[in-house]
Amino acid sequence: MASPPATDPPVALRHVQHAFGRRVIFQDLSCEVPAQQLTVVVGGSGSGKSTLLRLVGGLIRPRSGEVLVEGRDITKLRESQLTEVRLALGMLFQNGALLDSLSVFDNVAFPLREHTDLDDAAIADGVHESLERTGLKDVDDLLPPQLSGGMRKRVALARAIVRRPRVLLCDEPFSGLDPISALRIERLLVDLNESGLTLLVVSHDAPSTQRMADRVLVLLPGQSVQGAPAQLLAHEDPRVRALMGEPIDPALVASEEEH
Amino acid sequence: MLGPVREMGFLASSFVVSLGHLGVFAGRVLAALVRPPVRVRELILEIYKLGVLSVSIVVVAGLAVGMVLGLQGYSILARFGAAESLGSVVGLSLLRELGPVLTALLVTGRAGSATTAEIGTMVATEQLDGLRMMSVDPVHYVIVPRALGLALVMPLLSSLFITCGLAGGWVVGVGLMGLDSGRYLSSLQASTEFVNDVVGSFVKAAIFGVIVGLVATWRGWRSEPTSAGVSAATTSTVVIASLSILLGDYMITALWGL
Repeated sequence: MASPPATDPPVALRHVQHAFGRRVIFQDLSCEVPAQQLTVVVGGSGSGKSTLLRLVGGLIRPRSGEVLVEGRDITKLRESQLTEVRLALGMLFQNGALLDSLSVFDNVAFPLREHTDLDDAAIADGVHESLERTGLKDVDDLLPPQLSGGMRKRVALARAIVRRPRVLLCDEPFSGLDPISALRIERLLVDLNESGLTLLVVSHDAPSTQRMADRVLVLLPGQSVQGAPAQLLAHEDPRVRALMGEPIDPALVASEEEH
Repeated sequence: MLGPVREMGFLASSFVVSLGHLGVFAGRVLAALVRPPVRVRELILEIYKLGVLSVSIVVVAGLAVGMVLGLQGYSILARFGAAESLGSVVGLSLLRELGPVLTALLVTGRAGSATTAEIGTMVATEQLDGLRMMSVDPVHYVIVPRALGLALVMPLLSSLFITCGLAGGWVVGVGLMGLDSGRYLSSLQASTEFVNDVVGSFVKAAIFGVIVGLVATWRGWRSEPTSAGVSAATTSTVVIASLSILLGDYMITALWGL
């Protein structure tokens, strides 16, 4: 698969407007995800973080605006054309989205079987390498309903990276994980990023955001703020600082409740 | 005053919109059906789940219906001195109507509703979106094997139902009522035409299979991603498919005499 022109950011949104019914999610969102950087999206509940990932994946279409993936505006593509674009993307869903009827091995092997001509031995090697990177061993024959929430998420991450995508979208990769597993996943995401992968991660976890993010996109009602973690920790808007992990001023909570 | 009219208008427009959605969905299924690769493993798995696991209920229902037909048929025919025609009454009833229709209703309740619930759960747990993000068409991977599986197993299950029904009729007519076995079978053979009755029954069951397959997969595909949504979709599959089978049966009989 040919790489995109070097000038195009892997992911960019231009003047995106989106709503569910009358509830406006994005009024005029523009942002970029720079190549080979780890960008974290933070924001309050219902601010549109997961919606942003679904827009980038082409799972939903905005009311207006452009969603550019490797330079192509995917809002104008048919489903069959989106299939080509998605070959460059990997996605970790919040609840894993593993295929319930397939074993762990078959779930992770699925993208390789669908899109490569690898033989069984090479597929097995790829699957086990991916599972080991997420800290899983001896789980090949288990079915998704037999896994804990954290294990499901790690299997889903192994599946998302097994075909080595150029851009990885992660929806809440740390939710439901114990601290050790969460740290392991955080290190894995950083490793993947250092090996050249572009990451767009939705997270509520402020400490990990401060540690791993190159850039942070903060979604606020009607607006967005972007910058490096250190810049945003010193931002004038107390909501931005709170989402970045600064101790929350009770006056801010009262003010949010009034609105 | 305008309330009921508005309500009817809304229902009518909803019906037309739903038909449009079903038409588009059927087109996507048809397009995916002829697109390689053929997912043989998934198809065989669905044939097992939808067909083989329905065998017991079809056998029991077929035997029961055949035995009831035997009892009712014998008592009515005996009044006119025509009890020896029991084989033809049981056979033609099963072949032309009861076999395909009752099998389709049974499969709708057992396998059609399960198919809708399974696909609806896949929608709710983002498994279909997961497939899309892996550049795999969920219509090709999930819908086609299930819809095709239902369409393929229906004629086979209907044939099994008819066979069991004939056996049930024989048990009552010959075993309980004392009819001669040879007369039961010869009456059955003499009144049955291969093309009109046997092939027609097979074709009717195949059409019902396509209806159940499309409705069950479509309702699952469009279900709301909530437990209540999956439940509503499952119920609507049983209602829509059952009514479609009964209306379709009338249309097929009226138009082609099958």
